[in-house]
Amino acid sequence: MADSSTEEGPVIGKTDEAAVDVENNTTNTMVEEGMRLLNKMEISVAEAEKRMGKNTVSMAETHTVYLIETRPVEVAAECQNTPPDCLWRRYSEFELLRNYLLVTYPFVVVPPLPEKRAEFMWHKLSSDNMDPDFVERRRVGLENFLLRVASHPVLSNDKILYSFLKQENGWKEMVLETGFQAKIDSRLKTLNATFRVKNPDKRFSDLKHYSDDLQSVTSRLLRVRARVADRLYGVYKVHGNYGRVFSEWSAIEKEMGDGLQSAGHHMDAYASSIDDILEEEEHYADQLKEYMFYAEALRAVCRKHELLQYELETAAQDLASRKQQHEEPATGTVRTFSFKEMTTKLFGLETAEQREAKLKVLEEQIAEGEELVKEKTTECNEFVKNAWEDIEHFREQKDRDLKEALISYAVMQISVCRKGIQVWSNAKECFNKM
Amino acid sequence: MSGIIADPTDSCTPAQEIPADLSGQMLELDEDDDLEVFSKDTTLTDGSFFNASMPTSPASMINQYKFEEEADDKDIFITVDNPESHVTAIETFITYRVLTKTTRSEFDSCEYEVRRRYQDFLWLKGRLEEAHPTLIVHPLPEKFVVKGMVERFNDDFIETRRKALHKFLNRVADHPILSCSEDFKVFLTAQAWELTSHKKQGPGFLSRMGETVRAVAATVRGVKNRPEEFTAIQEYVDTFSQKITSLDKVTQRILKEQKEYLDELKEYGPVYTLWSGSEEELVEPLKGVASCIERCCREKEEQISHLSETLVPSLHEYVLCAETLKSVLRRRDNIQADYEAKNDMLANKKTDREVLKEEIDKLEDKVECANNALKVDWARWQKNMSGDIRGAFLSTAEKNIDYYEKCLAVWESFLLSQRSEHSVEGTREQQTAKDACPQDT
Repeated sequence: MADSSTEEGPVIGKTDEAAVDVENNTTNTMVEEGMRLLNKMEISVAEAEKRMGKNTVSMAETHTVYLIETRPVEVAAECQNTPPDCLWRRYSEFELLRNYLLVTYPFVVVPPLPEKRAEFMWHKLSSDNMDPDFVERRRVGLENFLLRVASHPVLSNDKILYSFLKQENGWKEMVLETGFQAKIDSRLKTLNATFRVKNPDKRFSDLKHYSDDLQSVTSRLLRVRARVADRLYGVYKVHGNYGRVFSEWSAIEKEMGDGLQSAGHHMDAYASSIDDILEEEEHYADQLKEYMFYAEALRAVCRKHELLQYELETAAQDLASRKQQHEEPATGTVRTFSFKEMTTKLFGLETAEQREAKLKVLEEQIAEGEELVKEKTTECNEFVKNAWEDIEHFREQKDRDLKEALISYAVMQISVCRKGIQVWSNAKECFNKM
Repeated sequence: MSGIIADPTDSCTPAQEIPADLSGQMLELDEDDDLEVFSKDTTLTDGSFFNASMPTSPASMINQYKFEEEADDKDIFITVDNPESHVTAIETFITYRVLTKTTRSEFDSCEYEVRRRYQDFLWLKGRLEEAHPTLIVHPLPEKFVVKGMVERFNDDFIETRRKALHKFLNRVADHPILSCSEDFKVFLTAQAWELTSHKKQGPGFLSRMGETVRAVAATVRGVKNRPEEFTAIQEYVDTFSQKITSLDKVTQRILKEQKEYLDELKEYGPVYTLWSGSEEELVEPLKGVASCIERCCREKEEQISHLSETLVPSLHEYVLCAETLKSVLRRRDNIQADYEAKNDMLANKKTDREVLKEEIDKLEDKVECANNALKVDWARWQKNMSGDIRGAFLSTAEKNIDYYEKCLAVWESFLLSQRSEHSVEGTREQQTAKDACPQDT
């Protein structure tokens, strides 16, 4: 069964509606809700296992693989017993999928993967990637990723995604064959664009700042939260010593003995309760982490826009300068410096044929340039339109998810308080009996 | 204090009954102020020949058993407050105001106000212990604090000390025997110069030296036939001392952890506020969470204060008590060792046996008095101890419950505000829907 964590808000289509939709919708438009993959298929990352294998340098190593189960929604609704289709994937394959999606749909805020290495750990939790708790949280995170992608109006229609879920062998080759890796914009290129773009779209600049703020504030929050958790752990655990000493002391006390002994048990219970409390809080931390990584995805969209904008500006600029060049001989005005001009001055004027030839070349170039500008403009506008739609979609999702997360955090705190009241009330009764 | 009707002579009138086991030793007649209660002869007190203790008749011994009455009949109230710094050419020290209100007849007035310094308290304690070596005198706060504060005049240190001094005097006042001590009375009532001259009156330096030498010799000798019950008490005290020290350490550690937790928590809330600055829809919930955390911080601060004002000093007091108990047991042993030594001497003596025998008899009495005093006071101490410890832990548990209850309320009101926003939006949506299709309603 698709087990989406309740705090996220991926839309798992209401199964009955989905079945109807599939029948009624013949046209496959990108934004038709009914066609989202998740509405047709249940997806879950059910298990994790350790595998032995050889890495790139042929050394033996252990890695973890995750079991992906899929089942058509209608089938699942009718008979619960049909076994789902399943295959195993490792983290690196998820990464490959995501990189493919990033390149193929640059206007989409692509959902992030759970972290590669454990970060923001408070001291008790290990940073070991093989640690079972880490693996479990990663399993949940990977499932969450798939659910988000499969419910995305654009991403869910991707064939490579479908194969990822359905086709165990040869998927990697299929992805690489798309040649997406060649389309990755180099870091240098994007950095260059960031600095050189002349008319950045204000909305995207604002978005860029927002994504920076979001990333920095969530990472700071995660750091501080981990420290708070660490300290709270210390407070609770030290109380366990009361348990031990009370018990030892009760041995020599006649009247106080019983009260001391039972109070001691409650102190032990108090001390051990922190483990569950903090484990639960890790889920909250994971939600924050997801949006910290989402900030990066937002930033990527902004960068892509900057790049497109820059390319458009460059094309327009080139076109403008060619037009100018074309103008100059006709009007006789010299506006820009040109090597040709210099040589003409030094070596004499060109012949009429030469000039004719030059003009013709320029005209061709201008035509090309105009095409290019038109292309780039369209590209840019398309990008802006699509991106902005997705960004709105993301914004709503983020507000919803984070509000839920904060509420669930409050619920957690309430539960902690209730437990505390319980334990100390019990202890108080024991003290009374002393 | 007004309103308290108590017989001020209660503690010092002869009683109608005399407990059987004490009758042999008790004086039947003399209520001479100079006599020490436990012996027939003043020379047999342990060194304090000119002890000016008040007589405590059998009646006062009986009164100890009536613990309940003590509280109702409280006829003396002492407060220690108002620390002030005194600077002289040689030194700087702190004095505390000691205010006494009493209806006891042995006090000429019903209200006294004096200023005392720590040394004075030390002197008083010493005198009480000399006069009553096997009574359990409540401990004084330590001279120096080993860890933490080095600064003697640090405010917290002074306050902690003041409270402990207050407790000390009140415990002495509550004690049926100790509170009748003349030294105690002088301490509470005498002006500075009077106190100084009174202090000088005590047993001479040499006599005290002799006493110390004898005590040391006795320690070296060791006691041979310690009664079983005192061995049991010794064993108890050894374990108690260990456990109470552990509890003290654990509690100090909890205090430290709580403070460190609070420090981190104070950094936590503001990050949510910071975040709210870049959000739109999330401003309310983020600010809400920040405010909840801030309020929890305040509750945590109170919890920490309570811990350091209630449980920490209580446990620490009993760590010191454990040491007192050990001294008391040692002194009892010495008294017995003294007697045993003299007794042994008797076997070897050929002449002057009569004189020696008399001495031995007196020592024997002394041992028995000491033992009885200790037994009774031990029961009293245990009761006090369990009451104090129970009270301190109860209070801590209550405060912890209070802390969690307050935090619970804070988070619940946040939840309520979030959910009511939801329902407000819900009704708004319903309303717009209704407006859109009026014919449906």
